[in-house]
This record gives sequence, C-alpha cells and structure tokens, in this order.
Amino acid sequence: MNPPGLGTYLNLLWTFGLMSLLAVGGANATIPEMQRVAVEVNHWMTNAQFADMFAIAQFSPGPNVLIVTLIGYQVAGLTGAAVTTFAMCGPAGVLAYFVANFFHRSSHSFWPSMIQASFVPVSIGLMAAGGYVLARTVDVSPAATVVTLVTAAVAVGTRINPLWPLAAAGVLGFMGFV
Amino acid sequence: MDQPAPPPVSVRNLAAEPPGLLELFFAFSKMSLAGFGGVLVWARRAIVEQHRWMTPDEFNEAFALCHLLPGANIVNLSIVFGGRFRGIPGSVAAFLGLLLPPTLIVTTLGILYSYFGDMPGLQRTLNGIACAAVGLFLAVTIRMMGPLVKRKNPIEIGLMVAVFVAVGVIRAPLVAVLLIALPLSIVATYLWRKRAAA
Repeated sequence: MNPPGLGTYLNLLWTFGLMSLLAVGGANATIPEMQRVAVEVNHWMTNAQFADMFAIAQFSPGPNVLIVTLIGYQVAGLTGAAVTTFAMCGPAGVLAYFVANFFHRSSHSFWPSMIQASFVPVSIGLMAAGGYVLARTVDVSPAATVVTLVTAAVAVGTRINPLWPLAAAGVLGFMGFV
Repeated sequence: MDQPAPPPVSVRNLAAEPPGLLELFFAFSKMSLAGFGGVLVWARRAIVEQHRWMTPDEFNEAFALCHLLPGANIVNLSIVFGGRFRGIPGSVAAFLGLLLPPTLIVTTLGILYSYFGDMPGLQRTLNGIACAAVGLFLAVTIRMMGPLVKRKNPIEIGLMVAVFVAVGVIRAPLVAVLLIALPLSIVATYLWRKRAAA
C-alpha cells in the first residue's frame, strides 16, 4: 500500500463527516451505508473484511460506532483511524450540543419542553425495535434465546453488575452451549 | 458556560454536586470500557442509578434527543451531558473519556484479530457474549419504559408500540416512520398536556 496522502485523509474526513450528519437513529442504522461506501464505492476492503470489522466493533468495549476507527485504520493507518473517528463523531456532536443547549435553556417554555418530551415514546419504540432485530440476529438457537431472555430478566429484576451475565454467557459460549 | 438550571419543583433525591471535569472524563471512560455490545446500559446505570445526576425522566429526554439527532447516540449523549453541567470543557471531557480508551483498545483488537480471528473457541465465546449483550439492551429498554408506563398515557404507549412494530417487525424505512411518528407524537403530547392543565 502506498503511504496515504493528504487526499486520502480529506476523503475520509469528508465521507464520514457527511455520513455522521445523515446517521439518524444511531450508528447501527448506518451500517448498510458504511458497507456501500467502504466496499462498493471506494474498494477499501472486501465484504468479508467489513463483516470482521463489524464483529470486532460489536464485541469491543465502547460505542459500536468505533467500527469507523477500524475502517480508518485499514485505509490509512493510525492517522486514518484518528481522522475517521473524529469525522464520524465531531460534526454530529457539535450539532447535538447546540440543539440540546437550546432545548435545555428553554426547558421551561411551552413548545421546546413539549417537543422534547414528545420525542421520548418514539425513541423508546425505536430502541425496542433495534433490540428485537438484534435478538433475531444473534439468537439463532433455543439456547441462545434462553441466554438473552434470562439476562434481560435478571437485569430488569435485580441490581446485579451487568458484567456477570456477560462473563457467564462467554463461558457458556466457550463450552459450546450457546 | 451557565450553571446547571435550577431543578424543577418536583425534586427527587439527585446528587447535590454536579460532576466536575475529571469526574466526567472518568465516569464516561468507565461506562465506555464496560460497554461490551453497547454503552447505553452502563450510561443509564451510572447517570441515573449510581451517581443520580439525572432523574429517569431527564435521562429519557436527553437520550431521546441524542437518539433522534444524527450521529452516534452515546457519543452525542456524552457531549450533551458534559455540556449541560460544565459547558464546552465538560463536553470535551466526557467525549474524550468515552472515546479515547476504547479507540485504543479497538485498534489493538483489530490488529490482534487479523492474527487470531480464526480461533473457534474465541468465536464461540464472542457468540455467547453477544446473546447476553442483547439481553442487557432489552433490559435497559424496559427500564426506560418505566416512566411511560407509570404515566399511563394511552396515546404515548400506543405510539411507542406502533414505532416498534413499524421498524422492528415490518422493517419500514426509518425516515418514513419518523416523519409520521414525530408529528403525531407532538400533537398527542400537546393534547395530553392541555387536558392535564384543564
């Protein structure tokens, strides 16, 4: 691979900065578009490589949006990873800062507080939909479904540290039960 | 930047002190490093249950805004949350806390995975963890429904279920669902508040 030039960094910055501003509904809603840009448009990687990166980002600690860090690393090394991560998180974050500030300042006036409250049922409905879709993706066996449901029940019903069910499920998986 | 807004009248044992910059940085790096399969579970646990920096309702509203604005929800939440208590420096502290440690880890894992990714034991372990991670995500969703269930506003609950069915079951395009659901939700909230005021 040739050492990446300024053009590569600018391309990453522009591509992912724009993508972040169109990414309504969270990073996971953007995965199909990322795949199109990285594999089909720019030929930065193969489909299999993209799938591997998705898996690593899902299983790593931290926000799932960090799949873009891996894409940036693949394209242009450590600097590429930093540039891409910043492009994906910066512009959308600045927008969120100002919008949220506006809503918070005017949280005692009628319309802003009402509009913000009215977002809540839509947002939670979307989360439930995301959880359902994820569950159908990972719960490919009855045992896997049981692990998901038991974890959910334990986490709702108790104040147990969530690392315990994660570790237990990892052990079950390693032993071949899931 | 401005001081935290004076709490509304109906206050409820929140933390006395708003978080400082270092506290923001470390709180968000802790959530982030614990966040296998998603940080929201840990963010709500830390912000609402452990530190009591926000009420369940305040958290729902802040998160809903970050969720429906473009970008990664939890990244937006770190910026909005830090900013609410400490202005722009607070945003930067929370943002860096959230992203710096896991970025280093994910890059390292990416390099390691290219060598060891084919080990079957690793794949099986990760599959097991994924199942539990989804369970945790479902649990935090259920907890966030708490305030809505208590209010017993049938339109609000109906909208939530309708969005779930449209996006999760029917797999309708997200933008179309939002364009229909958001105006409906605004009208419903308006009527509900007017009725409550009357």
